[in-house]
Amino acid sequence: MTVSYNDFVVRFANVNGSGSASANGMFAKALFRMGVPVSTRNIFPSNIQGLPTWFEVRVSERGYLGRREGVDIMVAMNAETYAEDVADVNPGGYLLYDSSKPLAEELRRADIQEIGIPLASLLLPEFSDIKQRSLFKNVTYLGALAALLNIEFDVITGMVSTQYRGKDALIGPNIRALEIGRRYAEDYLQSPLPMQVKRTDQLADRIMIDGNTAGALGALYGGATVCAWYPITPSTSVAEAFEKYANQLRVDADTGQRKFAIVQAEDELSAIGIVIGAAWNGARSFTATSGPGISLMTEFLGLAYFAEIPAVLFDIQRAGPSTGMPTRTQQSDLLSAAYASHGDTRHVLLLPSTPKECFDFAATALDLADRLQTPVLIMSDLELGMNDNLSEPLVWDDARSYDRGKVLDAETLDTLPRFGRYLDVDGDGIGYRTYPGTHPEKGAFFTRGTSRDEYAAYTESPEVYEHNMQRLLRKWETAARLVPAAEVADRGQRAGILYFGTSALPMREALDLLETEGIHLDTIRIRAFPFGEEVVEFINHHDLIFVVEQNRDAQMKTLLVTELEINPAKLVSVLYYGGLSISADTIQEQVSEYFTANKLPRLTEVKS
Amino acid sequence: MTFVAKPRVHHPKLPLNEIGLTRRDYEGTVSTLCAGCGHDSVSAAIVQACAELSLPPHRFAKISGIGCSSKTPSYFLSKSHGFNSVHGRMPSVATGANLANRDLYCIGVSGDGDSASIGLGQFAHIVRRRINMLYIVDNNGTYGLTKGQFSATNDKGSTSKKGAPNLYEPIDLVSMALQIGASFVARSFSGDKSQLVPLIKAGLMHQGFAFIDVISPCVAFNNHNGSTKSYEYIRGHSENVVLADYQPAHEEITADYEPGTTEDVNMPDGSILRLSKLDDAFDPHNRVSALNYVQSRQEEGEVVTGLLYVDPDASDCHEILETVSQPLNELNEQELCPGNDALAAINESFR
Repeated sequence: MTVSYNDFVVRFANVNGSGSASANGMFAKALFRMGVPVSTRNIFPSNIQGLPTWFEVRVSERGYLGRREGVDIMVAMNAETYAEDVADVNPGGYLLYDSSKPLAEELRRADIQEIGIPLASLLLPEFSDIKQRSLFKNVTYLGALAALLNIEFDVITGMVSTQYRGKDALIGPNIRALEIGRRYAEDYLQSPLPMQVKRTDQLADRIMIDGNTAGALGALYGGATVCAWYPITPSTSVAEAFEKYANQLRVDADTGQRKFAIVQAEDELSAIGIVIGAAWNGARSFTATSGPGISLMTEFLGLAYFAEIPAVLFDIQRAGPSTGMPTRTQQSDLLSAAYASHGDTRHVLLLPSTPKECFDFAATALDLADRLQTPVLIMSDLELGMNDNLSEPLVWDDARSYDRGKVLDAETLDTLPRFGRYLDVDGDGIGYRTYPGTHPEKGAFFTRGTSRDEYAAYTESPEVYEHNMQRLLRKWETAARLVPAAEVADRGQRAGILYFGTSALPMREALDLLETEGIHLDTIRIRAFPFGEEVVEFINHHDLIFVVEQNRDAQMKTLLVTELEINPAKLVSVLYYGGLSISADTIQEQVSEYFTANKLPRLTEVKS
Repeated sequence: MTFVAKPRVHHPKLPLNEIGLTRRDYEGTVSTLCAGCGHDSVSAAIVQACAELSLPPHRFAKISGIGCSSKTPSYFLSKSHGFNSVHGRMPSVATGANLANRDLYCIGVSGDGDSASIGLGQFAHIVRRRINMLYIVDNNGTYGLTKGQFSATNDKGSTSKKGAPNLYEPIDLVSMALQIGASFVARSFSGDKSQLVPLIKAGLMHQGFAFIDVISPCVAFNNHNGSTKSYEYIRGHSENVVLADYQPAHEEITADYEPGTTEDVNMPDGSILRLSKLDDAFDPHNRVSALNYVQSRQEEGEVVTGLLYVDPDASDCHEILETVSQPLNELNEQELCPGNDALAAINESFR
């Protein structure tokens, strides 16, 4: 029998609120600590207790971190979803179930292997408390999986000890429950399976962290002092993580006072209003929200664009429109964010693909918002924001200083003959601003959403209005030079593939799959809007570009066509919007089908 | 509006205040509101109050929403920054501004459409947050800029200029502010400077959220017979409960008061707010009785003006959030960034 190592997908099917998350998290973390590349996906309902929830772990020696279709090992712990869970198992895969009750005949499949463990029966004599028995069921299947998959047992027991440090009474029973599972698997099942885990050194110094936590840390390191937010899945953990770390790292040691202010506002309108008010008054501030929140914030975003006030927003995108699927991922806010608000508006978007980029872009966004005096939106999504992702470690250059942009202090104001808030002194479209209270006589101005001249005086003059709108376009051109450039791999192919955000996760695997079919693509990963010169060049250099995005309406393609005046026929959409993250198989299939349908040549070189 | 520009040169005999400034130093640009607009009287009262308190005119943040009232921050304190923001959202912008720099005096000016309709939610929540600011509503019961629609503070049965009656119950912002926990609540009348100026002074010096509802007649759309926000109606139906006078800390209180009981309220900065009780039954420290009184007089068609409630010991938002005494907008990298060593430890916790 051939044994495969570090290459499978396991899915845990549980009932939410049953305590499974901690056991499932430990499973993934154990593999991570054995140096094995893993990616995790929490597929959960918009509910607190009682509905189905799934946790998927992809294990890949080759470091493929995207979602892959099909499940190799199903841990089926939810009777309600049993039928669909069994159906999802790949032929030749495994079904782990609680065999305390026999499996219904109609649910059995001849082409998969059943692994029955009488979890309930095993725990009955061990734990008298019914609640404990239910909780430890999760830990017991973890113990069994350790034996079945050859996971180093002391890695798991070590984790239990760390997790329950301070609640020592829980350590013993947890380890006991792990042992029960392990022993059963060793005594009564064929352990280990031919699908196994093996210690490796793929991960170097990488960490496993969710994008929201990393983004919150970026805001903290980037000097945000005001955070205003309104709870909305999947963005809530950004504000919560900021609060957690600020309470650890931003409290004055002598006085116990806080060097930050967090306001849970009454709604998203208020949250962005607070951010804008704080930024107008010279504090770095941010909010975190999702699509419905962006909709509510649009009026204020237009004000900030026109009145030229910095603001940083995290948009952790979910499936819309309307409430859509609040606990599913999508990249469907691009257009509403890019052009948020009435009138002619355009906003800077940053598009992170990894937790490290969430961290870096958060700090960058605070700099860019100050430099450009405009809102900057970090477009993450549920996939990146709420799941533990493998990431390069977070790094801060201690020599780095904050770019507060063009702000005049009292001394500089004294040297100026006349201060003009909206004067384009440097030709980059960006004026100089002052914070309130800076100087007794100079630098005060009136901020408004109505038209004004270069000295901030109200006017309805058509010429002055158009002059100002043209300057804002110059500022937009400046923004295109300052935002993070796209990542390009151009090896002279005729076709390319353009992607951004979490579509990066399955991309390497998709490209490998396509290469086996003789399809070779150059790549470009967009990291920001407005698009830089490198994006124009890449598109011009290729006959055909696949644009991969996780929404129905090809919003990135629309942005490219509109902003760069590209022939739409050159851009072929690869779309997925079902709410799970896009898989390598989806990308491969759609690209491959296009090649076939259009009779495009494939390179079928034989590798020597 | 007036088209006569104000001369830049001050009259040499204008009196100077304690920091050597005249009242002209506290003024703003020329008002573009209608001649006789109550809002201009409110702006003038703000100018007088700030000048008499000898506050530095550049150390203010003036914030407003949208509407006639919200244009007024241009018309006072031109040496300070102003922000004419979004309709109904002044409270959130003021919250952010105050969080960023707790050392600035924050004045929010709003209207009845701005605060009682589109921004009612924001109004309620800034009261709860206890932002240290003076929140003034120029209350004229009408939408002036869009030409005379009823606002939510207009009394049921009050008629529009064309004679149509208002069909809906009014929202009383004073009652709301009392109920939700404002630590300083007053009502006044734009035509009663002797009452309004001391209230503005006291509100500015109050350490916490101070709310003044100023009935401010709209001469264009709501100053006719049948309107309950007209000059004539308010003069005939207002009842002054508490006369307030504000004395800075270092000044001996020698003002001669009208007969009746007086009461001194010690303000956090050591200054004294002197209250003159006209009605012995009224206690400006009792939120519940203040609310009862306002509403029972309202039943009788009376508009209660004066200081209705003050809690001099109330905490403000910065105290609630336990922020540092230095303004947050002055903190630099050294004070804000935990550094790479701390980040390395955080990385380790994710392995």
